[in-house]
Amino acid sequence: MSVDYHAIAPPLLLGATVLIVLIVDAFLPARGKWLAMPVSLVGVVASLVAALTLIGTDTSTFGGHYVVDNFTVLFQIFFLSAAVVVLALSLRYIREGGFYQGEYYFLLLTAFLGCVLMPASRDLLMLFISLELVSAPGFLMAAFRKSDVKGNEGGLKFFLIGVLSTAVMLYGMSIIIGLTNGATRLEDVAQGLAALNGARQTFADVAILFVVVGFAFKVSAVPFQFWAPDTYEGAPVPVAAFLAVASSAAGFAGLLQLMFVAFAPEWEFWVPLFAALSVLTMTVGNLVALQQRQLVRLLAYSGIAQSGYILLPFALVSGDQAVNDTAFAAAVSYILLYGIMNIGAFAVATAVSRRHPQLMIADLAGLVRIAPVIAVGMTVFMASLAGVPPTGGFWAKLLIFRAAIDRGGLGVALAVVMLVNSVVSIYYYFSVPRAMIFQDPAPGETLRSSWLITAVVALATAALIAFFVLPNPIAELGDLSTLAGITGG
Amino acid sequence: MTWENSAITIATLLPVVGALGILLVPSEQDRLIRGLGIVVTGAAFVVSVAIAVTYDYDAGGLQFVLDTSWIPVIGARYHVAIDGISMPLYVLTFLLGLLCSVYTWRFVPDPGRTKAFVALTLLLLTGMAGTFIAFDLILFFVFWELVLVPMYFLIGVWGSSNRQYASIKFFLYTLFGSIFMLLGFLALYFEGPEVAGRHTFDLTAITAFGAGGGYGHTFQLIVFGAIALGFAIKVPMWPFHTWLPDAHTEAPTIGSVLLAGIMLKMGTYGFVRIALPVLPDGATAYAPWIGGLAAIAIVYAALACLAQKDLKRLIAFSSVGHMGFVMLGIATLTTIGIQAAIFGMVAHGVITGMLFFCVGSIYDRYHTREISEIGGGMSQSMPKMAGIFAFVAIASLGLPGLAGFWGEVMALLGSFSPNEAAGLDVGLFRVFMVLGGIGTILTAGYFLWMLQRVNMGSLPDRWGASAFRDILTVEWVSWVPLLVLILVLGLVPSIVLNATEPGVNALTSIFGS
Repeated sequence: MSVDYHAIAPPLLLGATVLIVLIVDAFLPARGKWLAMPVSLVGVVASLVAALTLIGTDTSTFGGHYVVDNFTVLFQIFFLSAAVVVLALSLRYIREGGFYQGEYYFLLLTAFLGCVLMPASRDLLMLFISLELVSAPGFLMAAFRKSDVKGNEGGLKFFLIGVLSTAVMLYGMSIIIGLTNGATRLEDVAQGLAALNGARQTFADVAILFVVVGFAFKVSAVPFQFWAPDTYEGAPVPVAAFLAVASSAAGFAGLLQLMFVAFAPEWEFWVPLFAALSVLTMTVGNLVALQQRQLVRLLAYSGIAQSGYILLPFALVSGDQAVNDTAFAAAVSYILLYGIMNIGAFAVATAVSRRHPQLMIADLAGLVRIAPVIAVGMTVFMASLAGVPPTGGFWAKLLIFRAAIDRGGLGVALAVVMLVNSVVSIYYYFSVPRAMIFQDPAPGETLRSSWLITAVVALATAALIAFFVLPNPIAELGDLSTLAGITGG
Repeated sequence: MTWENSAITIATLLPVVGALGILLVPSEQDRLIRGLGIVVTGAAFVVSVAIAVTYDYDAGGLQFVLDTSWIPVIGARYHVAIDGISMPLYVLTFLLGLLCSVYTWRFVPDPGRTKAFVALTLLLLTGMAGTFIAFDLILFFVFWELVLVPMYFLIGVWGSSNRQYASIKFFLYTLFGSIFMLLGFLALYFEGPEVAGRHTFDLTAITAFGAGGGYGHTFQLIVFGAIALGFAIKVPMWPFHTWLPDAHTEAPTIGSVLLAGIMLKMGTYGFVRIALPVLPDGATAYAPWIGGLAAIAIVYAALACLAQKDLKRLIAFSSVGHMGFVMLGIATLTTIGIQAAIFGMVAHGVITGMLFFCVGSIYDRYHTREISEIGGGMSQSMPKMAGIFAFVAIASLGLPGLAGFWGEVMALLGSFSPNEAAGLDVGLFRVFMVLGGIGTILTAGYFLWMLQRVNMGSLPDRWGASAFRDILTVEWVSWVPLLVLILVLGLVPSIVLNATEPGVNALTSIFGS
């Protein structure tokens, strides 16, 4: 079996960087430990370039268990760009916070390696390994503020719930592999499932439920969301950014392939499940978010609500391939756009945390006078999360509504729930600009944000506005990946 | 690019482009920023007037059409055009925008920050103007929603004491309505006509399809309800009006002027442009209910006005009543009724916009809006201001010969003989007419009482020491056009009615009249 090294170049380069960072760190003097960040950055950028050269490729290697198509490349570019941003956010935070820098960058890159593998994995076991590669370093990084009680609590919670759900998921996968005569490739699983009937089919449905639980934890869907707010709040802010943006997107990248490819034959069983999951997740997330006074907790609950929106297209799956394609495209577009706005919001949180480690929303009072770029950016991110024009988030929501109405029946009901939820969400999203713009800053308040963070905020803001005026790229990217995601598996 | 296909795009986008330019000017250049605001809105107004002049009224129909690809994946196009129905509202938008910019030359409300204030006003103008020319449902919705964010900040930053509450209430309430409108649009899309094998959001195609009975009866009832909810909240129709007094009272002067002058019309325009022609069955079924709510609104608003202690809140409630007349006209589904509605929108925009200017300037002198604290005697302290205030208030109560008269009397005439061909109950609408008539009497009552309490009497001692400056130059400049319009529209209503007539006739022909 020959290996297509070009196809696996992005994870290969990233994996090499992981090892290099670990080794380089051992030889760096204590004061120069921060150099692990530029080293990591070089590796990530190299990997990103490799991913860019793969645009338009449609190939597979390792006997079809690792596939490179538009879906893969799109998500790899997204994850690697997110990695660049998280590295940019980390530098000063980790350096000034007295953390173990070499280990931190090693763990962060390992987690991103899992993210990069996820969309290419078209095999149950590969998906499992990718997911664990994302999770395990996450457990450690979440508790990186070792002297902080909240950090320890959040990390432990994350670990316990994570391990439990992983165990359940692995059990489910083993049942499915057994029932489908040892199939692990997603396409083979789909064929195997389609051939089942009677008690074996019911058994398979239970197993699907188990697998969904594992991913529901990853994307913090209700009722598996309890870890998210505590973990986000306790973790270093750049780690929270990683968890909220990359880790949950990786979960969705895996879930999309599982549900739209591997488990598609059993849609009649799991569609109601996802409908309930989606409605619960968005509603609980939004209602609890209304009461938050701390920025990162607010973003955590907002993230739960947003996961609910992204779960909605899953509940639109039916026998009609055209509707499935629209739903798939809507989900992909939403995940990508949501990533941009969310990482922007966390960049602002990182900047503010330097002066106000508690990160209360009240700490943002009058920010527009002190740091206009950051404050205007944050306003755009919040408006975009709420789905209000003139921001890209508007189109992201519209694509999901459109898919839902297209589906009819259950879809319309779900769309109404989502609409009401997005109106409710405006109240808490706009509490942030309200503090920043309507209130006066505390006397003597200053904020010196690093140019790296300011650049990230400005870029994300510009991207969201640009996507509002010309939404074609985002809408078409989603469409492109549809074909690949469903036929390429 | 020719004048014909680019003119309305230029006029509509000029303000937002100007806003971007103003962002590049350093904040210290306060005068330059205000000047640029005037220049940009002035240029946009000139273009809009040129459009109104070069529009071929004999040919009628949609002109200045630009229909080009925008988001092919969704099926949305950049389709803009203008016709006789849009024209008066479109020009009025830019006129009020210009006058507000002129007013801003002197008055920037606390806490200053002129740059953001001017930029947001310009963004708001683009959103409002775009609503009146969009002929694609997604484009319409984008413009419709675009006004929310700037208005939210205008109220929230530059408003008076209770501004934070009012701004978020305004935002949530109107957004709540518009999302149901969006659902309705999506339903129209998926149940609607196909162009070259694909569904379309194109309003002309959907209108042709819907007017020809393309949508099923039950579908129309549901979707009309969803769309009408969005429009009704914006109008606002009773009982969805509660955001309006708060928003108006707390907003800065030019925020109130634009809110009352233009933004409320987006809702009634939506009824005329989208809800009625696309869903005629739904419109017929809902018409008695709309008429009933409108009649309640007229009486309720007048009674509420009688109870107001705050001058600005009083004007705000009077808007609810005037928009009630507009909705009553629409509900009759007759040519005269819908003509009344469109005329009423324009007249209300001019008159109530002017009233809010007056109240803003009165507040600027007295630093209070409480009628009892003002305590009368304005005709002694500021005779010219008092005169103008009386003139506009009397126009607003519908004195014949001034602009407010025609919209009301034609709406009442329309409800005397509603569209029987569409199955409307004549008796019911005559009841509405009587209620409306009672409303006009009450309206005259509260306006005259207001004038009595503000203008008449002797100046209370506590104002004796303060030397109020009567009308300033900048106020003259920004007010005279509106005062002239109030008179001209009152004497020659045909300048609006002739422009709108062909479009309205085409609309009512759907309902068989």
